[in-house]
Amino acid sequence: MDGQQVKDWEYHCIEESPPACTAACPVHVDVRGMMDLVRKGDFKTAHAQYSRIVPFPGIVGRICDHPCESACKRSEAGDAIRIHELERTCVNAGFDAAPFRVNKQLARKRIAIVGAGLSGLTAAAELLIKGHAVTVFESKSAALDRLRRYNDTVLPATAIEADLARFGNTGLELHLNEPIDLPSSIATLADDFDSIYLGLGPEPVSALRDVLALTADDRIAIDPLTFATSHPKVFAGGSQRYGAGYSPITSLQDGRYAALSIDRLLQGASLTANRDTQGAQPTRLYVNTGRHAPLTAIVPVDPLRGYSQEEAIAEATRCFPCHCLECVQVCPYLEHYGSYPKRYIREIYNNETIVMGNRKSNRMIDSCMLCGLCAEVCPEDLAMGDVCLSARHGMVEKGRMPVSHHDFALRDMAFSRSDAFTLARHQPGFAHSKLLFYPGCQLAASSPDHVANVYAHLCANLKGGVGLMLDCCGAPAQWAAREDLFAETRAAFAAEWQRLGQPTVVTACSSCFRMFTDHQPDVKVESLWSVLERIGLPQGALSSVKTLAIHDPCTTRHDTAIQNSVRKLLGQCGVTVKELDGPELTTCCGFGGLASFANPEVTNKIVDKRVAQSDADYLTYCAMCRDNFSRRGKRALHLLDLVFPGNPDPASRADPGFSMRQENRGRLKRRLLRDLWEETVNEPVTDIELIVSAEVQADLEKKLILLDDLRQTIRHGESSSEKLLDNKTGHFIASFRPVSMTYWVEYTMADGRYTVHRAYSHRMQLG
Amino acid sequence: MSEKDSVAATPELLCAKCKLALAPSKVTVSYLGNSFPVDLLRCPGCGFTYVPESLAVGKMLQVEQALEDK
Repeated sequence: MDGQQVKDWEYHCIEESPPACTAACPVHVDVRGMMDLVRKGDFKTAHAQYSRIVPFPGIVGRICDHPCESACKRSEAGDAIRIHELERTCVNAGFDAAPFRVNKQLARKRIAIVGAGLSGLTAAAELLIKGHAVTVFESKSAALDRLRRYNDTVLPATAIEADLARFGNTGLELHLNEPIDLPSSIATLADDFDSIYLGLGPEPVSALRDVLALTADDRIAIDPLTFATSHPKVFAGGSQRYGAGYSPITSLQDGRYAALSIDRLLQGASLTANRDTQGAQPTRLYVNTGRHAPLTAIVPVDPLRGYSQEEAIAEATRCFPCHCLECVQVCPYLEHYGSYPKRYIREIYNNETIVMGNRKSNRMIDSCMLCGLCAEVCPEDLAMGDVCLSARHGMVEKGRMPVSHHDFALRDMAFSRSDAFTLARHQPGFAHSKLLFYPGCQLAASSPDHVANVYAHLCANLKGGVGLMLDCCGAPAQWAAREDLFAETRAAFAAEWQRLGQPTVVTACSSCFRMFTDHQPDVKVESLWSVLERIGLPQGALSSVKTLAIHDPCTTRHDTAIQNSVRKLLGQCGVTVKELDGPELTTCCGFGGLASFANPEVTNKIVDKRVAQSDADYLTYCAMCRDNFSRRGKRALHLLDLVFPGNPDPASRADPGFSMRQENRGRLKRRLLRDLWEETVNEPVTDIELIVSAEVQADLEKKLILLDDLRQTIRHGESSSEKLLDNKTGHFIASFRPVSMTYWVEYTMADGRYTVHRAYSHRMQLG
Repeated sequence: MSEKDSVAATPELLCAKCKLALAPSKVTVSYLGNSFPVDLLRCPGCGFTYVPESLAVGKMLQVEQALEDK
């Protein structure tokens, strides 16, 4: 994986962006965290958390000008959360804020602060905490003089004193009644102290003109990022910077960030580096407020006293809280791992770059269906499939891809590409093909009759010769990041396609369609559904069905023309189509990305979630989707079940299972060779006739064991006599290791037939 | 895989070829270049070794997966 690409992906996941309230707060109070604590009734921790960010919680909690509320996203679904009132409840609850803890610093510096207002004392607190020696000069007889003019019911003197008590044993030197004659004193202070902070209040300071650069209205010119003045040692802020309209939280901000600059200056660090998140700003966090029902604010019974704790809990419960998680909410795979893409991307990158230890994310990487739904709902179009496929390529290149994740699917693909299934012919009686019907290996596996019927219909209604190609398009190899196998498959197709005269490919499979359009642009490809719309349905197609809920295969997500053709064909079949979430928000059936082989637990969740969306029978036009719905107990039809009806209740058709899928492919080829090309092809005769109960068959499916594996194993046991006899049950137990798996089969024999009682396998080798 | 995975002798299990009861024996199992000794039931005659399903889909599977993630 490319490191820069990883950073780019991470940037596009915005879940870690701050909520709007926190972003709008000049000092970034963790409002969402506080709301969560209040909702739980934990006012003590909420107060402690608030006090860690706000040095004077008793004061600010009562008089904050709360810009957070204007930004609150709840206002898009009812009233904004009364954050200020909730903070007030927390600071009214009677908890003491812990005294400031002073760091022990070797390079302790001396700082003078002029003005014991909110900004000056905030700077003092910050610098004391960082371990510096701070001396405050105040002309009035008490610190925070301006705040003492508030009505006692709004801000009682006891709250001010309680906050000032946080300075405790910090060693703060506070000089009251000590007016500083600034013009003459700045030079002296600059000599005596390492740095100076001026928190002078809102009044113009024209007298400082000869010492500091001033603005047009005679206030100190202050850099809004660093709070530096024209004097290298002097910083300033508070209402001197922002003017007359008093904003306690802005004064607090100025003191905090000026203190940061002073500390950086004293350490010789850059004043400007890494400050891009400082102060109030918009957030990138997306919140789908439409998901939430509007709620009005809780009104306190006694507005003067504010919220009772019960009222506060009710109000905090209105907080959503703000998260994006759009993808996590629609994808059970992303939900399964308990986090969100930004973290997953980091984990996946670490998984690739780890030198020693376990690669813990392998299975997560291989559990993604690559279906694109996450990108569809993501405000930043981030596709986890791109991340996972890239990671899979890295795993394969480094020889780190767990064999067991894709082995079965790739062996199944090898079967589909073997002589047992592959076929590429011109239409009988034709020496050329204008079109080439490419049904795809899974339609042949699921409904071989449909393939034969479609081919006959195409041959009867299209001129110029309709060739037929039975093969696998290579999608499993592409999903498994087996570039070698995929390239080989595409090259083999290209050679046959050239031999047949480069006909237009007509495919019945959405994944095949995707593989052709995405990876073989020189091949003209058309969906079977568009062709059927053009040439018309065969006689005998159902004309009156009922309401069916349509599930578009995830590989057609953006193929509007195909989606429309399918809906038109359904209309001709008399079907009333019920949309689930619409084609663009369709889900995967679990086969995509080979996820169901790496993590059936997750893909079953995905299918089950989809199945629960409607009680109606489902209609789809992907054989794998239909069979996976059926496997999970959902009545489901393939579009061809309507076009070529035969089964009186096609929605009840069972998932054929892996063994029958291969069997069906082989039989289809032999049948077509016999019926259409009039070749003599015998059905293979097996020497091992099996009896497998439905229960055992279901177990074999889960274990990815084919009936042919059983036959090989029993054949080996019987021919070599290398088998066990369990005297207790009378069962024979044989084992066989054809290549990389050892199969064990427990069976009994009667009348020349073998009843299979159970089977299992392992990869580990004996000896 | 450790000693605790050993399998107790089951006189019911006979090697069909040698007509001998299987007996516990130390066997080496290997995967992806890693080998482990494990006690399994083995025919004293021909050496046919039995892997019970509980081991194959339990501890053996766990170790296979752990080794694949190494």
